[in-house]
Amino acid sequence: MKSPFIAVSKSEFILYLREPSAFFFTLIFPLLMMLLFASMWGNDSFPDEEFGYVDFSVPAFMGLVMVTSFVMSFTTSMAAYREKGILKRFRAAPVTPFTILAGQLVAIFVITLAGVILLLIAGVLFYDLKFFGNVFEFVFVFLLSSASIAALGFIPASLAPTARSGAVIANILYFPMIFLSGAALPWFMLPDFLKDISLAFPLTHAIKLMQGVWLGGHFWDYPVHLMVLTGFILAGLFVSVKYFKWE
Amino acid sequence: MDDHVVTVQNLVKHYKDVKAVDGISFSVKRGEIFGIVGPNGAGKTTTIECIAGMRRADSGSLDVLGLDPLNDSIALKRRIGLQQQESEIPDRLRLREAMELFSSFYDNVLEWEVLLEQLNLWEKKDSFYSELSGGQKKRFFVAMALIGDPEIVFLDEFTSGLDPQSRISIWKLVKELRDQGRTIVLSTHYMDEAEKLCDRVAIIDHGKLTALDSPSNLISMHGGHTRIQFNVGDAFDGESLSSLKGVESIQNNDNFCSLQVSSNSAIVEIVKQLDAMGQGLDSFKIEAPTLEDVFLNITGREVRN
Repeated sequence: MKSPFIAVSKSEFILYLREPSAFFFTLIFPLLMMLLFASMWGNDSFPDEEFGYVDFSVPAFMGLVMVTSFVMSFTTSMAAYREKGILKRFRAAPVTPFTILAGQLVAIFVITLAGVILLLIAGVLFYDLKFFGNVFEFVFVFLLSSASIAALGFIPASLAPTARSGAVIANILYFPMIFLSGAALPWFMLPDFLKDISLAFPLTHAIKLMQGVWLGGHFWDYPVHLMVLTGFILAGLFVSVKYFKWE
Repeated sequence: MDDHVVTVQNLVKHYKDVKAVDGISFSVKRGEIFGIVGPNGAGKTTTIECIAGMRRADSGSLDVLGLDPLNDSIALKRRIGLQQQESEIPDRLRLREAMELFSSFYDNVLEWEVLLEQLNLWEKKDSFYSELSGGQKKRFFVAMALIGDPEIVFLDEFTSGLDPQSRISIWKLVKELRDQGRTIVLSTHYMDEAEKLCDRVAIIDHGKLTALDSPSNLISMHGGHTRIQFNVGDAFDGESLSSLKGVESIQNNDNFCSLQVSSNSAIVEIVKQLDAMGQGLDSFKIEAPTLEDVFLNITGREVRN
């Protein structure tokens, strides 16, 4: 069977494996961050709680993997494709922008899963990582969060004209998000006004939702997070379908 | 009635203040090699991009295989192949992988192995795209344009930057494609290429169509006279030649004689007369007018200026 979508995913996956720096930032960097913080905080249970720092923060580092791959890698690679005329070559073939974007996204999702699995393995091996929730519910919120972060990445990935501008936009989104949304630093450590600002980012909602379900909550307890994440998915799809630039 | 696969009427396209295409109309017949020639910046690429559904025209109407290039873009792209200037594939993709990827986009495909063979790229099938030379990349994009078994093949400046040997082998391929029943629309700023290869040629200058016909008709209408040149001794007197039928003009200086003739029979007479005068045929040269002359005569300019 020849599916354009699978073919695009496959070749993008191969290309990803041939790109060492993207590999490092998605797979290794979040793992190192988690190990760094875990080495400082350990995973002893918090007072009056059953869970410790690592249990609490693994979902946040999953968010870090997502935003690194779906915003950083995705935007910079699509912008470079646009600048170099690679999208122009795709455009000459009977293939829609959606196939290109979605195919690349699936390849990136596979890498994201690999990054998440590395976090889980390290957590279980070194810090006795514990899971308190329902697996199916967690898979659901994980997929919803991935889709939402990916949709955020869709916007600059559909529009950024050059590799340089793509990198600038990706950095502007990336760094405030990873520091304010709880991906790199525990969210509860932030002053209140930064917490307020951080609610503008889908990553904050994704991490809070994943943390909630990880620690034993139900997804329906978090209607605001669910709505914000769904809103970003719709906005990202709308912008990329309507404004996608081939060159 | 001819079977037209492309019909362009009054095509207009601006880029900001620049009028790239300024009201061009023409039709391409099924199974011909149709050349769009003109200097760089004349509007060749824009014309091709509008026909191939890559760009929205400001005004005018386009019909390609009965389809609207923009509204039926995907349906059209299944049936055409386009080799563009300034497009790329990812550096770290191997040629084989790129061919397999693009094969997946079409219902009917040509075997990519055969295409790479025909374009002398078979040995490179496992190389990364970034490892190809400029000429190899060019040939690779011709192969990519053919992968979907296209009815119409668009080749935009397909030989610029190629070495002479590659040019000749691509010319041969283009003729084979035509003989298989495909239509070829190509653009070039090499007039000799258009003359050798094309069944019909559209000359474009400043976004306007200035002439459209077969190369031989264009040359006989606009090419001017055939030139004859030869070396002569100090004592040479050209008077007897200038009175021959068909000789339009004669110039004789620095031991070098140059005539313009309006018929081929005049050449025979000139040779006879020279022989009778005991004048040898030292450096005797016949220069028939070319498309290059046609362009010069129509626009008043050289192509490459």
